[in-house]
Amino acid sequence: MLQLKNISFSVSDGIAGEKEILQDINLTIDDSKLVVITGPNGGGKSTLVKIIAGIEKPTSGRIILDGQDITDLDITERAKLGISFAFQQPVRFKGLRVCDLLALAAGVDAENKEEHDALCSYLHQVGLCAREYIDRELDSSLSGGEIKRIEIAMTMARNARLAIFDEPEAGIDLWSFNNLIDVFENMRQERERSILVISHQERILEVADEIIVLSKGQLVHHGAREDVLPELLGQQGCGFCPHHRKGCE
Amino acid sequence: MNEITKTLLGLISDFKADFKGAFNIREDSECAGRQSSENIKIFNKTDGPGVVIQVMPGTKGETVFIPACVTRSNVNDVAYNDFYIGEGCDVTVVAGCGVHTEGEEEAQHNGIHNFIIEKGARVLYQEKHIGIGEGTGERIINPVTYITMAEDSYMEMDSTQIKGVDSTKRETRAKLAAGATLIVREKIMTDGKQYAETDFEIDLNGENSGTHLVSRSVAKGESRQVFRSRMNGYNACNGHSECDAIIMDNGVVSAIPELTAHNVDAALVHEAAIGKIAGEQLTKLRSLGLTAQEAEAKIIEGFLR
Ligand SMILES: Nc1ncnc2c1ncn2[C@@H]1O[C@H](COP(=O)(O)OP(=O)(O)O)[C@@H](O)[C@H]1O
Ligand SMILES: [Mg+2]
Repeated sequence: MLQLKNISFSVSDGIAGEKEILQDINLTIDDSKLVVITGPNGGGKSTLVKIIAGIEKPTSGRIILDGQDITDLDITERAKLGISFAFQQPVRFKGLRVCDLLALAAGVDAENKEEHDALCSYLHQVGLCAREYIDRELDSSLSGGEIKRIEIAMTMARNARLAIFDEPEAGIDLWSFNNLIDVFENMRQERERSILVISHQERILEVADEIIVLSKGQLVHHGAREDVLPELLGQQGCGFCPHHRKGCE
Repeated sequence: MNEITKTLLGLISDFKADFKGAFNIREDSECAGRQSSENIKIFNKTDGPGVVIQVMPGTKGETVFIPACVTRSNVNDVAYNDFYIGEGCDVTVVAGCGVHTEGEEEAQHNGIHNFIIEKGARVLYQEKHIGIGEGTGERIINPVTYITMAEDSYMEMDSTQIKGVDSTKRETRAKLAAGATLIVREKIMTDGKQYAETDFEIDLNGENSGTHLVSRSVAKGESRQVFRSRMNGYNACNGHSECDAIIMDNGVVSAIPELTAHNVDAALVHEAAIGKIAGEQLTKLRSLGLTAQEAEAKIIEGFLR
């Protein structure tokens, strides 16, 4: 179980002073759940998951994983506790191959023939021909959609306790998109694992157990899919704006 | 052949004692072993130190080893080796140099390799440089390579210097006739107070000649590197050079390109990027469970692979 307690994040914004990106977020992600975070661009979704992974430090608030306060742990320590994170914008490496990164993710040796071959299954699952990609460099020669799928494969290879995917659908074609849904469905089968997906895709929202709506740095909705989705789809424009009820300026 | 030479040989090549092909092993300015094959003849130069390597026209699939080792301080070795690669050949030349010091005096190897590559011949030229030993004496390697490429010939040059060489100045001069292609891949890592300089000058003389020069380097500690490349296009040709360097600690890297086009159809490009390891790369690897140090090592290992 992951708990966020009063998480706020602000950055200094030059002359304008402090800019609040997240305001007092309280949230619990239960085990064996597929939770989808959605909401308008710039709402703070990526920032929130970076805070969970330890890439950003919250200005205030605590992060608790399975009862342990991990707020002061760094990225490596959190990764070792089982947090795995597929970036919205995957990173490219000159010289490191797809198999090198998958091996690091899975904690195996890329030079070992058997283990190398076993890594191929992760590529299959994201709809990539393993033979074609496994030994390729993870550099600028890969297209956006290709590298995005490899990023997802890496996160799967981690076999982590909490898997986070930031807009996994971006740049992915329709056929792979079906695969992607299967990937999340399969991962969910495993107990004691939670999956947190940031997405705008209706089809991903449809397979969620829970939906969280984040807008302008505030958590405006968190509930079971059945409750949140109809309202979300019925809303138009700035329906989930936190100022909604007061009327939006 | 002494024990240090054996160690150095293992580090710079995969040469085996029972190798059947042509080789010449130079140890402290002497010859520690030589063998010619049916298609590749090796003999002493008559006008100075060094050997002539003659590859008969049409030789395909053979490898020739020409390593040089300096195993002790106070040796200043100079060798001039001439390579004649006959028409239509397709061969691999493994050169490389290892320098070992045990004392305070320096050990130095200056190798001048002159390649004459005939029409349509293909050569893969590999040279690995390494320095070892407990001595405080400087380990110095200064390789000079002259390359003359006839029509439609092709050469790939892989040069690597990963460890232990205190000072190096590498000079490469190439002249390309019509349709000739030269690919150079250079990898360098320096640390401590080491200094490495590479200097390429490539004349693209013939129509449709082309070159692609890729240098990847890492400068750690207080080390310094200079990368100089000059490409001259005298015809419709393609020249591309790329210098990609990671600096760490107080490392210093300069990239100095010079492109001269003497013909409107000469397409010459230079790219250089120098900087520290990208923060997002470290973040990604740390998010896979590596420590910052492990992540750094992995990134460099890949970069210089
Ligand atoms: N380190 C930062 N410094 C300044 N602004 C930031 C920083 N991180 C995020 N932001 C800003 O915070 C807002 C939320 O960003 P983000 O979390 O990426 O939103 P989302 O993922 O929901 O689209 C954006 O306006 C973004 O520009
Ligand atoms: Mg985002």
